[in-house]
Amino acid sequence: MSQRIPVTELTPDFRGRAEEALADGQLRNNFRVAMDSLMTKRANAFPDADEREGLRELGNRIKAGALSRLPDLLEQLEQKLTENGVKVHWAETVEEANSLVHGIIEARKGSQVVKGKSMVSEEMEMNDYLAERGVECLESDMGEYIVQLDNEKPSHIIMPAIHKNARQVSKLFHDKLGEPETEDVNQLIQIGRRTLRRKFMEADVGVSGVNFAIAETGTLLLVENEGNGRMSTTAPPVHIAVTGIEKVVPNLRDVVPLVSLLTRSALGQPITTYVNLISGPRKPDELDGPEEVHLVLLDNGRTGAFADAQMRQTLNCIRCGACMNHCPVYTRVGGHTYGEVYPGPIGKIITPHMAGLDKVPDHPSASSLCGACGEVCPVKIPIPELLQRLRQENVKNPEQTQQVKGGGAKYSRTERWIWRGWQMLNTRPALYRSFLWAATRFRALAPKKAGPWTENHSAPVPARRSLHDLAARHLDQNGGRPS
Amino acid sequence: MSARANILGKLRNSLAGTTPRPDEFDERLVTAPWRYAPEDRIDRLRSLMEAVHTEVHPCRSDNWPELVAELLNKRNLTNLLCAPSREHGRALQAHFEATEQKVELLAYDQPVEAWKEELFWNVEASLTGTLGGIAATGTLVLWPDRHEPRLMSLVPPVHIALLKASEIHDNLYDMMVAQDWAAGLPTNVLLVSGPSKTADIEQVLAYGAHGPRELIVLVLEDA
Ligand code: SF4
Repeated sequence: MSQRIPVTELTPDFRGRAEEALADGQLRNNFRVAMDSLMTKRANAFPDADEREGLRELGNRIKAGALSRLPDLLEQLEQKLTENGVKVHWAETVEEANSLVHGIIEARKGSQVVKGKSMVSEEMEMNDYLAERGVECLESDMGEYIVQLDNEKPSHIIMPAIHKNARQVSKLFHDKLGEPETEDVNQLIQIGRRTLRRKFMEADVGVSGVNFAIAETGTLLLVENEGNGRMSTTAPPVHIAVTGIEKVVPNLRDVVPLVSLLTRSALGQPITTYVNLISGPRKPDELDGPEEVHLVLLDNGRTGAFADAQMRQTLNCIRCGACMNHCPVYTRVGGHTYGEVYPGPIGKIITPHMAGLDKVPDHPSASSLCGACGEVCPVKIPIPELLQRLRQENVKNPEQTQQVKGGGAKYSRTERWIWRGWQMLNTRPALYRSFLWAATRFRALAPKKAGPWTENHSAPVPARRSLHDLAARHLDQNGGRPS
Repeated sequence: MSARANILGKLRNSLAGTTPRPDEFDERLVTAPWRYAPEDRIDRLRSLMEAVHTEVHPCRSDNWPELVAELLNKRNLTNLLCAPSREHGRALQAHFEATEQKVELLAYDQPVEAWKEELFWNVEASLTGTLGGIAATGTLVLWPDRHEPRLMSLVPPVHIALLKASEIHDNLYDMMVAQDWAAGLPTNVLLVSGPSKTADIEQVLAYGAHGPRELIVLVLEDA
């Protein structure tokens, strides 16, 4: 069972996928409606601008502070978790992480896994990896379950199935589960509940992500609304949490502002239905909870982002999705157009470190730099600034040292020479004047085609006389130059 | 070299010559906007919880078992999971016996493996205590233990929770500090702010996703 991204199947590049998405009225409508509502909800959840800004500032400081002593915090976290009975594993690559997870499942002779929502497991493509080894890995978040059933990937990090409407879900449940068609959302959800309940009960292993890992107490914190996260981490005999190394915070109290920022920015909720703090496996006198809890800490390019003080800010991210909800580009082209695990503004700044900038060379420029993402980001990541930086890294000579993985994919000698010429022209007045003189006199020779520009516009033609000429003549005729 | 050593090595390398940022936590930001007069706490909690489909009933230590019977009967529920080893479990049991209630009281007194099938498919409701509540966000705090294990508040479709009015705190930060959570947490702490829900299809809110469809909070005003 391999997953597919519908629009990518047809077109391998961002530009082509974007064109297809833009031509899909249903898709555009599904996103427009959803993003408008998420933006309104967020705005209503922060009625007091001062309170909001104070909290964002605090969120930024906590994350930046944590990153400034990340290796020590990771060691402290490992030590505390180990004391609490949790096994901690480290993985540099997704392959390593997958094989660790598979090893744990194999040791228990497990064949069925239920998964709470986890973007890191999407990074790992864990479902495919385990399926190839005979382990069924079922998504249990309703949205994730829907996209998995349709062999798709999430189109939004918080709302994975936001690109689908009820009619499409109904058809899917009818085709795949043999359920009668209904567009009643409540009934659709009840179908999901029934089907997944059995899976929770039977699963050998539960997999989840982590929202925050608390070093002080050795605690994994997960937020959710559905209860599938609690099910996945409590009902099966083994719980494996997978997370990026940037999720650790020093103190328990730090999660108070961070959870508030997360749930209000993501969904406009003062808090999610469940906040689940896990500090260890079942104790001998307890009657439920997993017998084993594992944490897999994944690098996958994060240490690369960390190495650059400016790019390091990317690791502040608490995965709230607000930047995509407010992005005019994301809203129009949808999540699948990006062709990567993380879409939208956060995807543009994190993917280069994971996959390499040369894999997503169009992403940094698929932005109007309107600044909305940076304005709403609860941990104040200056996303537009990082996009500009990535644009620069994109065109740097790849033969010189690369500061970002896969940098220089858009480097072009011709472009370099054109800019050199431009610079020369504009810094030498005599040269500039003669160019102007020639351009106006020989305007008839101006090219009729100017690349993609002339596909939708008429070609620019120089004026008969330059403004400079006209001004000089005007002043001559009207009695000399001003004093 | 191990993955661990490589990751930590790279991180340390990148931080060479830098000093950690000072701890700039400012507790006012998470407390000052979220303070309430004692008499307003219940109302705040109640209105937030009701906004997300929770039933909140003010009651007293001597009449809540009666109310539980009424709530169960109204829904035609035939069994209730509750802890006979807890004071409130015993109070309920006594009341149910005295009034000859038909609802069967079940106990979670064996490891989950021994009765998973029954727990997942036959238990209709559960009743648990709480460690307290949070007015700011309309939240119940649960510390599951051997008497009231983790799944007790999750698997049955109806969850009834007892909350003592005196244990409602203004905000999460105050509660954590007052009870010194940082000194040591149990294996699982839960903040519960309504019945399970999802908006994953067209952002339409549907309750009863994977956890309880209904959450009923009994606020003991005299406790
Ligand atoms: S970059 Fe900021 S706004 Fe975007 S998901 Fe991360 S935390 Fe949220």
